[in-house]
Amino acid sequence: MSIAILYGLCSAVLVGLGLFALITHPQPLRKILAFNLIGSGVFLLFGVVAHNGAAAGFGGDPVPQALVITGLVVAFASTALAVALLLRLFQETGRATLQSDD
Amino acid sequence: MSLALDALTFLAVAAGGFFFLAGTVGLLRFPDTLSRLHALTKADNLGLGLIVLGLLFQMEDPFAALKLVAVWLLTLLAGGAVTQLIAHAALGGRSAGVTT
Amino acid sequence: MALDAVLAVLVVGVAVWTVAARDTFAAVVGFVAFGLLVALIWVRLAAPDVALTEAALGSGLTGGLLLGASTRLGRTEAEATGELPGGLLQFAAATVSVLVSAGLIALVLLLPEPAPTLAPKVAANIAATGLQNPVTAVLMAYRAIDTLLEVMVLLLALVGMWSLAPDHLWGGAPGRREPADPDGVLTFVAQVLLPVGILVAIHIFWVGSVAPGGEFQGATIFAAMWILATMAGLANTPPVMRRSLRLLLIAGPAVFFAIGLAGFAIAGAFLAYPADYAKLLILIIEIPLTLSIATTLALLVAGPPEQEPQR
Repeated sequence: MSIAILYGLCSAVLVGLGLFALITHPQPLRKILAFNLIGSGVFLLFGVVAHNGAAAGFGGDPVPQALVITGLVVAFASTALAVALLLRLFQETGRATLQSDD
Repeated sequence: MSLALDALTFLAVAAGGFFFLAGTVGLLRFPDTLSRLHALTKADNLGLGLIVLGLLFQMEDPFAALKLVAVWLLTLLAGGAVTQLIAHAALGGRSAGVTT
Repeated sequence: MALDAVLAVLVVGVAVWTVAARDTFAAVVGFVAFGLLVALIWVRLAAPDVALTEAALGSGLTGGLLLGASTRLGRTEAEATGELPGGLLQFAAATVSVLVSAGLIALVLLLPEPAPTLAPKVAANIAATGLQNPVTAVLMAYRAIDTLLEVMVLLLALVGMWSLAPDHLWGGAPGRREPADPDGVLTFVAQVLLPVGILVAIHIFWVGSVAPGGEFQGATIFAAMWILATMAGLANTPPVMRRSLRLLLIAGPAVFFAIGLAGFAIAGAFLAYPADYAKLLILIIEIPLTLSIATTLALLVAGPPEQEPQR
């Protein structure tokens, strides 16, 4: 088994794990965390594809690697916005939950 | 010559690994926060120092060697400071600097 | 290979722990450790540029952001654990997750051989950019439009965040004012680390043309140093109404966009660089861009305005 396949399996498990946490965790902050786990898994999958594309003296295909850097920055921006929304919700209602008021 | 350097590297890195292991055992086994911190920082700072020392024997570029030493010093600074902050927080935040 | 197997198992193990931890704060700490381990995977996958970004941004800044949020939410997080969904939903979620994972595993095992790659094209054209780091060349030249749009996304996220400020705080400084403690440990660290960190940030940015590093990694370290200074109370965040702050935020994207437009006239296409000046133009873009990205990242961590504006 090559390291690309090993880390490919790892990233597939991470996506599944993140998806499960995203659906089942009731706290929004945990959902944001799960969303970042899914992101890590997807980025690693890109990394595996980049590693397979090693050619021309480069250890990996630089194009997907650059796309992952872009993706990491955008993931951070969306995480920051999501956290700000959550803290504002908490400020307004005193609760941090997605459940509607009964 | 290179064989002697390799042997020195092996010894230093192995000793460093041992101290890391000891620090981790302390972190897991000691009963309270302060003694855990004590085990972790003392052993790990020494362990990292030994590993850096071991790698120094393999360095041909003096600038790269300097970077390794800088990494160790920065880790010492960060580790020591974070330990202080955690210890203050564990003691009930009795310092104005750790109100978070 | 043995190292890779251990690393993969560790990463999955820490991820499971992050998902399973009862306490949100502990889960976030797990996530920071997870990010650092993932950075090691990136090194093993021969992507040191991504490893630097993952360690600094994915683990460091994101971790700091989530830690801050979890301490602010505090008790409500623990209370919300009582709202766990029912067994049926959990079962359905587990089924869906396993199916998604299985599909991805199948994809990984069926990846085409030999793999499609753009590396030879990058290698053939890299001389035209004057850069030696292929990832920086992709970010700043071949796929410059992605990078331009990305910094726009960062700015939009910041605008969105600022618009969450309550009316009476609009125009004030983001985040809370931390009290300065001249004898505090944090103050000492900030004072010692700031000059070193700024030097490291400039170094990482500067070597990005020839070695792993670049504007995003450098900017993240700049941002981290500034956050450290505000956390230690050495500096306050600037009010969001301040004109110089606004200029700093848009300088990078504006220069980028202007040079991109100039590409129509001097090289025949948007974001095209004339061959003789490619490296110079990239440098002219990168310097303000790094400062703008650093400011945006730091302000994204600081949050919406929370201090009364001075009128």
